[in-house]
Amino acid sequence: MKAIKFLVSACVAFLLYLLLTTASGSLFLWSREELIIGAVFAIIVGMVTKDMVVKKSLRMLDPRRALLFVAYFFAVFLPAMAIANVDVVYRVITGRINPGIVKISPNLGNDLSLTLLANSITLTPGTLSVEVDEKTNDLYVHWINVKKQALEKMPRDYKAVCGSFPDWARRIAG
Amino acid sequence: MNSIVYTFIVIGCFFNLVGSIGLHRFPDIYTRLHAATKCTTFGSIFLVAAVMIQSVGTWGTEGMSSPQSVLTLHAFIALVCIVLTNPTSAHAIARAAHRSGVKPARAVVDDLEGDRHD
Repeated sequence: MKAIKFLVSACVAFLLYLLLTTASGSLFLWSREELIIGAVFAIIVGMVTKDMVVKKSLRMLDPRRALLFVAYFFAVFLPAMAIANVDVVYRVITGRINPGIVKISPNLGNDLSLTLLANSITLTPGTLSVEVDEKTNDLYVHWINVKKQALEKMPRDYKAVCGSFPDWARRIAG
Repeated sequence: MNSIVYTFIVIGCFFNLVGSIGLHRFPDIYTRLHAATKCTTFGSIFLVAAVMIQSVGTWGTEGMSSPQSVLTLHAFIALVCIVLTNPTSAHAIARAAHRSGVKPARAVVDDLEGDRHD
């Protein structure tokens, strides 16, 4: 497990180095010096960060999860973000806001999916994750235009706040 | 090709402008964060897309490894960094504000107020 952790983090570091130094020479797209020094740095970074890059399981190496993430990002997230941006532009210009902090219970099991959901919520204009309850994995979301019907029952309906994001977060990183 | 680039730049600048106007118009830190972080992210996506399209246009004439062509990749990496760091910092500011007792102005509901465990 330790060796795999090291290998994964070193590969990630090396790929990132290759991306940043693309077109530096003639071996494919890189020069020999860049490849060597990149490998040296990747080994050092892999040794230092192996416990941070890979926490418990290697489930995120499954390529199906990466495909799901790409599908989610382009088909679900970007359209939602575009619509919400236009909505916030409307609110900036007219000044019609109805803000509040609501609590949602997405029932996600692990930290990575919760991080993915919280970042998706924050990147979508109109909603901003303020705080997380680490015991129950509830999120507190600042919402710029609170809808009346979402306030009626106490575990707030997350569909009104962030649509199908929690289901996707569970599928990608659950 | 050029008209697409110009359109993207105009859209990007528009969203950045609206973000700045929102920063002045909204009443408190939370609503300001909405305008200041989200609109600028969306604007930056369009600006970076304009750079990438412009740079892809040079692939044919200058080859894949000239400084102009590599800009595609570098702009994309910059975009990934913006999209990763922006929500994280917005969340950190909002959390710090709420912990230090800043109430959301004109709020219709504040579930967090009663539930604090610290």
